[in-house]
Amino acid sequence: MSAPALPAADARSAAPRSPASGQARPRKIKVAHPRAIAIFIVPFAILFTLFYLVPIGYAIYQSLLVVERDGTFGKATEVFGGLTQYLLVFQNGPFWAAIGRVLAFGVVQVPVMLGLALLFALLLDSPLLRGKRFFRLAFFVPYAVPGVIAAIMWGFLYSPNLSPFTAITGNISFLSADLVLWAIANVVTWVYVGYNMLIIYSALLAIPTEIYEAARLDGAGQLRIAWSIKIPLIMPAIVLTGIFSIIGTLQLLAEPQVFRSFSSAVTSTFTPNLMVYSTSSIPNVNLAAAFSVVLALATFVLSFSFLKFTQRKEGK
Amino acid sequence: MSALTETPTVARPSKRLKNTPTPKVAKESPLSRVGAMTVMLVFTLYFLIPIWWLFIAGTKSSAQFTSTNPLWFADFNLFANIGNLVAYRDGVFLKWMLNSALYAGAGALLATLFAGMAGYALAKYRFPGRELLFNIVLGGVLVPATALALPLFLIFSQVSLTNTFWAVFLPSLVSPFGVYLTRIFASASVPDELIEAARLDGAGEVRTFFTVSVKLMFPALVTVFLFQFVAIWNNFFLPLIMLRDETLFPVTLGLYAWNSQVNQIPELRGYVLIGALLSIIPLIILFLLLQRFWRNGLGAGSVK
Repeated sequence: MSAPALPAADARSAAPRSPASGQARPRKIKVAHPRAIAIFIVPFAILFTLFYLVPIGYAIYQSLLVVERDGTFGKATEVFGGLTQYLLVFQNGPFWAAIGRVLAFGVVQVPVMLGLALLFALLLDSPLLRGKRFFRLAFFVPYAVPGVIAAIMWGFLYSPNLSPFTAITGNISFLSADLVLWAIANVVTWVYVGYNMLIIYSALLAIPTEIYEAARLDGAGQLRIAWSIKIPLIMPAIVLTGIFSIIGTLQLLAEPQVFRSFSSAVTSTFTPNLMVYSTSSIPNVNLAAAFSVVLALATFVLSFSFLKFTQRKEGK
Repeated sequence: MSALTETPTVARPSKRLKNTPTPKVAKESPLSRVGAMTVMLVFTLYFLIPIWWLFIAGTKSSAQFTSTNPLWFADFNLFANIGNLVAYRDGVFLKWMLNSALYAGAGALLATLFAGMAGYALAKYRFPGRELLFNIVLGGVLVPATALALPLFLIFSQVSLTNTFWAVFLPSLVSPFGVYLTRIFASASVPDELIEAARLDGAGEVRTFFTVSVKLMFPALVTVFLFQFVAIWNNFFLPLIMLRDETLFPVTLGLYAWNSQVNQIPELRGYVLIGALLSIIPLIILFLLLQRFWRNGLGAGSVK
């Protein structure tokens, strides 16, 4: 039998639940160690409720309110407005322009970043390279640079008079309205390629090498092995990096916010999250809440459909 | 969700790392070797030149910053620059670094503990509502942290918690991803027989967790800690929206604030650069110290 302390605890907390112990109804599962489970689960559950579920609920609640005033200068009161804020969201041109901008960003930046990460991971996993340890570290170092700091650095590097590359920045103005989105895409790529590379690389390391033996005996080269064996096997890792990249893209905030001090082309409505921030500081909290809810839903739907889509392709 | 729940990289931590590789090398053509090396070397430049430039910039006086080769040393003023930065405005920069260390260090430690306990319980005990709880937490992984910042601000302002240490610290104690990761890891690496054996030896459930299971889950716990540490250290929106008092700022927000004032106060440019350089050193050290863990653990992915 187990420790004297625990069965006692079991009996005590289980007693009120099934008074007719011994002849409990068959469908009711008797939980062993309820007190230990509570000790393990409750701290996280409380924090998760307070700082995830409650804010989500509160954002939805706030987004359903409108501010009404008695006359122009009257007292403001919040009243239930139904979907009024959501109508405003859908009629808000700048918001959809911002969504379009981050989608364009994502369609280009995410495949480029993940393509490079996959290429580097496959090269690291191949017998073609020397100094793998060095490359792995060198490519990962930018991940240690927070987004804000990376944006400040690259802001300097792009500035025509401060950049070490004046030969380039003198001819191409990276901070112009046409290019600044892609200048930001480069910053994000620079920070996260090595990180994604390591996720994919460790998935490659988990493949037992015996799998390659037969292919090698059949005379398959590295390229063939990568394409027909490695990539299909590491699909889950690639999907994971894809989902996190989608979430990150729609949430772009720090980098464009920093770029506002380098380029006037980055407006306060440049990305959806910048709109949330600037709308809430006007303040129009209810509209900002509605933006947040729409954005979170969009992120969720996009990540989820990406997951489903790639699963269907895999499972064919 | 099954691609998320069945990520094989977590369940089977790299077999090849142990009984090391050297696969029988089929002869590779020298051309592909040269090609591969070239690609990697070119990108090494891409990744490292910006950091090299930042380092060089940190060693220069402000007069030499624009007048000398940006990629090579002039007079070596690094320590003078650091001295000036630390002295500026009563050492507010050091305060920021300490704040960041506290937010990220203590926050990640507690978040790892809570996530580890919850993940372990979800993996090792059966109780009603278990799957529901896990699915809610999984949904939480997909909810971006920035979407929570604004409603958190509204709630905190009603209980007068905005512009306090707690406004940034408390929300960072939650890591749904940590629960997901530790659950998968605990199912795979903590054998039920071992827990049974501990029970037979008379250890309580909680004691078993802290003495036996934590050791087996250690790689996953270090990974969760690292991810949470990086996430908090890099977090920008939450402090931006919560904090007004600059003595509470983490270093990212402080440097951001300085950088947006450079036009009015040009001397800040030098401080921003040297501050940026110093602010990335702690994470690099942490990565180097814990690298054998993140190398294995990264396979599980993270929240960006």
